[in-house]
Amino acid sequence: MRDLEKSFGDVHVLRGVNFDVAPGSIFALLGSNGAGKTTLVKILSTLLAHDRGTADVNGFDVASQAGEVRESMSLTGQFAAVDQILTGRENLVLVAKLRHLDNPGAIADSLLERFSLTDAASRAASTYSGGMRRRLDIAMSLISGPPVIFLDETTTGLDPEARLEVWRTIRDLARGGTTVLLTTQYLDEAEQLADRIAILHDGRIFANGTLSELKALLPPARVEYVEKQPSLKEIFLAITGQGRSRDTKETS
Amino acid sequence: MTALVADTRTLTGRSLRHLLRSPDTIVTTAVMPIAFMLLFVYVFGGAITTGTDSYVEYLLSGILLITIASGVSYTAYRLFLDVSGGIFERLRSMPITRASVLWAHVLTSLVSNLVSLAVVMIVAFAMGFRSGADVIAWLAVVGILVLFTVALTWLAVVAGLLAKTQDGAIAFSFPLIFLPFISSAFVPTATMPGPVRWFAENQPVTAIVNTVRGLLAQEPVGGDIWVALAWCAAILAGAVVAAMAAYRRRTG
Repeated sequence: MRDLEKSFGDVHVLRGVNFDVAPGSIFALLGSNGAGKTTLVKILSTLLAHDRGTADVNGFDVASQAGEVRESMSLTGQFAAVDQILTGRENLVLVAKLRHLDNPGAIADSLLERFSLTDAASRAASTYSGGMRRRLDIAMSLISGPPVIFLDETTTGLDPEARLEVWRTIRDLARGGTTVLLTTQYLDEAEQLADRIAILHDGRIFANGTLSELKALLPPARVEYVEKQPSLKEIFLAITGQGRSRDTKETS
Repeated sequence: MTALVADTRTLTGRSLRHLLRSPDTIVTTAVMPIAFMLLFVYVFGGAITTGTDSYVEYLLSGILLITIASGVSYTAYRLFLDVSGGIFERLRSMPITRASVLWAHVLTSLVSNLVSLAVVMIVAFAMGFRSGADVIAWLAVVGILVLFTVALTWLAVVAGLLAKTQDGAIAFSFPLIFLPFISSAFVPTATMPGPVRWFAENQPVTAIVNTVRGLLAQEPVGGDIWVALAWCAAILAGAVVAAMAAYRRRTG
C-alpha cells in the first residue's frame, strides 16, 4: 500500500498510508474509533474506491484488478455478515456455491466440524450466540481458502471467552499460511496476536514494527513493585467455565 | 453470462428459503386486497353502477393490481435488511456477478406475488367470479401482471437501496396501493369531476385495469393493451435506471 488517500467530502480520512504485510503473517492495524481503519479495509476489499495512491492485495491492484483481488481475499466485518434466517450449514453452502466450488455440502460439513458448529448446523443462525455467529462468519470467509483475509474489528462486542476462541482461530489461520490483516482498538489483541503492529492515527501510520520494536520507541523500562491483583478478565474466566462448574457461580 | 445465471439461481434459492420460512408475508400481502374485495362487493357494490352484471367481475382486475402493489413492498424490506446487515457487503466483496444480487430479489418477488395473486383469484372464484376467456387471453393477463410486477419490483429495489429505516423502505408502496382508487378500478371514470377524471383516465392503472378486465370479459381491448404495455415498459425502464443509480450511490 503506497501513499493511499481517501476523503469523504471535506473529511480527509486517509492522508497517505504506507505499509506492507508479509505473506503468512498477522498484521494488526491499531487505532481508535474513527481513525480510518474500516475505510482502509473497505478499500482493500474493493468495497470503496480510493482517491490517490496504490494498493495491492496478493499482487493485484485493487482498482484495476478488482476481480482478481476478490478471488484472493475474504472479509469479515465488524457486524457478523451471516444470513440470520438460513441455518449455519445453509450459510456455508450458499457461499461455497457462490464461489463456484464443487461439492458445497462436503465443504460446509468440514468447516462446521472445524469450528465446532456441527451440533448447531441445522439451526437458524438467528438462534446462535454472538461467539457462534462470529465463528460462522469467519468460517464463511475461509471457504475457498483465500490467501489473504481481512478481519475488521472481528472481536468487538464479543465476551472474553468468545474472543479467545476467535484468537485461536486467527493463530491457526496464520500457521496454515494465510496472510491476516486485522484491525482492532484493543491493545492487548494486537499484542497477543500480531507479528507486526501499525498504529493508524489521524489518517497516517504513526508507528510500524514488531512489538519489541515499538516498545523500544519508548523510554527504557523502570522497575516498579506493584501488588499483583487478579485482573477482572482472570476473575471472569475463572468464574465462568474454565474447569469450574456453574454451581460455584451461583453460590458465590 | 453463465456465471450470472448460476449466481442468480443460487441467490434466488436463498431468498425463496426466506419466503418459505415466513409464509405469512404471502398471506399478509393477500389479506388487504381480499378485504377490499369483500368490502366493495358486499358493502359498497350494491350502490355502484358499472354497467356490468357482476361487480366482482368489474373490480377484480383493480384488486389484482393492489395485490401486486402491496406485495412488492416486501422486496424493499428484504433488500433493506440485506443492505443494513452485513450480507450485502459480504456479497460485494466476493467474486460474483453484481447484477445477480438484485435479480435474485426481483425473481423472488415475482414468485411471491404470483402466489399471492393465485390466493386472491381463488377467493374471487368463491365470490362468484367467472370468466369464459380462452387460454390466449389468460396468458395475456398473466403476461401483463408479470410485467407490472417486475416493473414495480424494480421501484421497490430503488426504495430498498436508498431507505434509511425499515418503515422508509416500505413507505413507497402506499401511493401505489392508493393509485387504483383514482382509476377505473372500482367505479367508471365518467362520474368523476373534471380534473380527477382527467387524472384517472391518463394514469397507468386505468389502462392496465381496462386491459385485464377486457381480456377476462372476452371484450376487445383495442388501444388499451398498447397503452398498458407502454406504461409498464416505461415504468420498468425508468425504475431499472433509477435502481442502477441507487446501487452506485449506495456502494460509493
